[in-house]
Amino acid sequence: MPIPIRMLAAVATAATLAFALPAAAQQKIKIGFITTLSGPAGVIGKHMKDSVELALDHLGHKMGGVPVEVIFGDDQFKPDVGVQVAEEMLKKHQVDIMSGIIWSHVMMAVVPVVTGAGKVMVGTNAGASPLAGKACHEQYFSTSWNNDQTPEAMGKFMQEQGINDVYVMAPNYQAGKDMVAGFKRFYKGRIVEEIFTKPGQQDYQAEITQLRAKGPKAVFVFYPGGMGIQFVKQYVQAGLRERIPLYSVFTVDETTLPALKESALGQYEAKFWSPDMKVPASQKYVADFRKKFGYTPSFYGAQSYDGMLLIDSAVRANKGSLANTKAVIASMRKADFDSIRGPFKYNVNHHPIQDFFLLRAVKGGPDGVEMRIQKKVFDDHKDSYYQDCKMKW
Amino acid sequence: MTTILVFEQLLNGLQFGVMLFLMAAGLTLVFGIMNLVNLAHGSLYMVGAYLTVSAVQWTGNYLAGVALGLLGTLAVGMLVEVIALRTLYERDHLDQVLATFGLILFFNELIAIIWGRTALYMSLPAWLQGHIEIIPGSIYPLYRAVVIGVGLVVGALLWFVVTRTRLGMLIRAGASNRTMVAALGINIRLLYTVVFGFGAALAGLAGLMAGPIYAVQPGMGELILIQVFVVIVIGGIGSIRGALVGSLVVGVVDTLGRAFLKPLLGHFISPPAAEAAGPALASMLIYLLMALVLSLRPEGLFPAKSG
Amino acid sequence: MRARTLILAACVLLLLAVPPLATVFNQPYYIDLLRRVLIFGIAAVSLNLILGYGGLVSFGHAAYLGVGAYSVGILAFYGIHNGWLQWAVAIVASALVALLIGAISVRTRGIYFIMITLAFTQMLYYLGVSVEEFGGDDGMRLKVKSQFSGLVDLGDPVTYYYVVLALLLACMYLVHRLVNSRFGRVIRAAKSNEARTRAIGFSPYPYQLVAFVIAGAMCGLAGALLANHTAYITPAFMDWTRSGEIMFMVILGGMGSIPGPALGAFALLIVEDQLAGWTQHWQVIFGPLLVLSVLFFKRGLAGLLPGGGKDG
Repeated sequence: MPIPIRMLAAVATAATLAFALPAAAQQKIKIGFITTLSGPAGVIGKHMKDSVELALDHLGHKMGGVPVEVIFGDDQFKPDVGVQVAEEMLKKHQVDIMSGIIWSHVMMAVVPVVTGAGKVMVGTNAGASPLAGKACHEQYFSTSWNNDQTPEAMGKFMQEQGINDVYVMAPNYQAGKDMVAGFKRFYKGRIVEEIFTKPGQQDYQAEITQLRAKGPKAVFVFYPGGMGIQFVKQYVQAGLRERIPLYSVFTVDETTLPALKESALGQYEAKFWSPDMKVPASQKYVADFRKKFGYTPSFYGAQSYDGMLLIDSAVRANKGSLANTKAVIASMRKADFDSIRGPFKYNVNHHPIQDFFLLRAVKGGPDGVEMRIQKKVFDDHKDSYYQDCKMKW
Repeated sequence: MTTILVFEQLLNGLQFGVMLFLMAAGLTLVFGIMNLVNLAHGSLYMVGAYLTVSAVQWTGNYLAGVALGLLGTLAVGMLVEVIALRTLYERDHLDQVLATFGLILFFNELIAIIWGRTALYMSLPAWLQGHIEIIPGSIYPLYRAVVIGVGLVVGALLWFVVTRTRLGMLIRAGASNRTMVAALGINIRLLYTVVFGFGAALAGLAGLMAGPIYAVQPGMGELILIQVFVVIVIGGIGSIRGALVGSLVVGVVDTLGRAFLKPLLGHFISPPAAEAAGPALASMLIYLLMALVLSLRPEGLFPAKSG
Repeated sequence: MRARTLILAACVLLLLAVPPLATVFNQPYYIDLLRRVLIFGIAAVSLNLILGYGGLVSFGHAAYLGVGAYSVGILAFYGIHNGWLQWAVAIVASALVALLIGAISVRTRGIYFIMITLAFTQMLYYLGVSVEEFGGDDGMRLKVKSQFSGLVDLGDPVTYYYVVLALLLACMYLVHRLVNSRFGRVIRAAKSNEARTRAIGFSPYPYQLVAFVIAGAMCGLAGALLANHTAYITPAFMDWTRSGEIMFMVILGGMGSIPGPALGAFALLIVEDQLAGWTQHWQVIFGPLLVLSVLFFKRGLAGLLPGGGKDG
């Protein structure tokens, strides 16, 4: 059989094409933004992506006078894919800075890649504790929070209210255990029982039956995403809404409210931000977001919006360039921008020192039910890990 | 552990089992008759839930919405059968698994494009809300009781159709000897399409009943699908009776495991160890059960007589 | 067969040339991308041994990816960074897990086998999620890559690339030798006609079990490589969709072909990467592509090579 030269040639051409055309030198700020865009978790990614786009609109698609381009990447909720996307952005697209990321496991896998390449990572959601403590890094900034802070706020509120006999529930995975630990750091009352359920579980009727039999005075849960929708619906259907108050973190927010509607009424949440926040930057963000995308933004989006503003502040401070990483870090530490949470300071571990509020789902707003701030729980709250962070500045 | 508590948990297990059964029945029917492994069965469950949500909104009437949702899923099922699955009957299980895996990706994304990724809201009419007292001192959500009732009625109907009607006779005949039925002048292709459509409608029924309790979101089918496969493997693939027994066993074992495993372990090992092992073991329980059943009976509890 | 050999040799040469080419064009990303492809290539080659030659449709092959990765991660967690030891443990641990799973599941047939292998992987997945010590679902970082007494440095992307490439070729050679041995002939005979195999005096069970264990061990090695590649280990490696992807690599590349699975890994991951970069709704295209490839591309990529899709 003769050698099919054409086939060899085709393979060779394909290979050459793949390697050709490296990005030409650009007069542009390039930001790599990783989030989960596909699959069931893609709803959070959408909130984040839309907020980034709104931030770019507000900035006139320029940072410090230089045109800016954001390259979005989909981590598919998998750490190894996240690493691959990050490598692609850093090495192929040669981005100047990285941002985004919803999940702790993706974040912890990606941060070493970004810092190893000498760039800065601006995390806009994942709040893994190691990154706030032992594994903190001068090239890593967060515009969100540490995982434990939100349940700490709820713990403090319930402690202050003198609520006793609390029934605690969370999925049996790391974030679930972190949330419960954070809650217990500030809540010192009696805990009836701690229940950890299967991650991704749909039906909670068995657990709810057990709960009712124990007769607690209050229930504290952490059920993000679909789990939260299911738990809250089933809790209400079991007739417990009026009988045992339900307190939660990361369970009822603007990503799940459209599916819960009046089932959410009366739910207590703790959070650093809410769409009804009386801060001018936040009100502008919420109003313009609703106008442009036709739905109410969530804290996932607000943090990502802040992430872009933080990057913008660094570009402005450094005359339209992110090339000098040391200088970028120095200017980011000032947090010199109009944050949606109002003015705030960075802690030594590059995590915000910020207020936390008690929220409640009430009737009102364009969607019928909305989260409204009830009271401030924490003033300038620092996370519980910053002492483990060896950074000095 | 009071008797009432155990009774309620058994009821919960029964209800979960019924939900699994509706899914398992369609899946096992399609397997038993067309010899098709359909991973995309969970997608039809999702389609059922989404179509019903939209139809209820559109008509403003719950029952009309349910009817439209069921018909819609039936139609989607038949369409999928004609376009994609028909050619798979003659293929081996490997091809079927892979092709229907591809369909899962397609359906999840299609739903996300049409309805968005945000979970949808599905309300219940007032007459399905509230509680009933089954035995004194034990209140139970009315809707879940209705789910149990619907499941049992569907199970009975299915048994009646398969064993007592002409359609059922054709189905059984088609399963055991395809050529012979075709030779008798029966349009076997049409028969298969109809059977697949009904399997899809059963999945759709499960999906629309799941809507008010679970989250209606893209990918909702896969969460239940793997458990349904556990059910039909335990029961014996292709056997409706096996699906029923398997569903109830899995539903009850899973529910009781979640409710009582941790306190039970606490009697034997230290509380912190039970705290850690209980939930982990509870989430693996149905898989352990399946491994146990298959190591004793490699063809499940009720092996279908192969044709 | 000469043309086929030449083409495959050309492919190997191209792969060898990737690092220098990538450096010349200043595109080091492609080294990482292809290294990941090659690692999944090893996983696919290992699955092909039981799937393509043995007819055992394992829907749980990602389990060994996880076991291999966690072997490396756990040893590193306790301060043992010796790569020889880490990789040996990864291989042995995966073999043991495969022995356990295989002992129960290889007795079952058809769809039961598919589902029981899936179920075991789910169990391992939930185990990984619930073990707090090693990060649960958050996973754990691999701070120090496997150390090979200064012989090779996996921290260097190019060196690591060549290590993976060499291991992939070694695995392909191993599978080639296996399927052409007496052992391999029994396996293949059992696939095509189990009753006849029994009739001529072979009980296929021990043979199939051994093949299952070898495949698991080989995939465990891929897991150890993946842990070093990502420098991160999570239960997500054992997600059931991952098992499906590895199966697809085998099918796409061509079952029962030595180079097929590696080609399949290449095609699948590159298409996925390209589509994902193009639209967030890439799965709506990717899904039907997979269906079409199953329906109309039965012989796989290897079938396009002169000499057809089957080896041996």
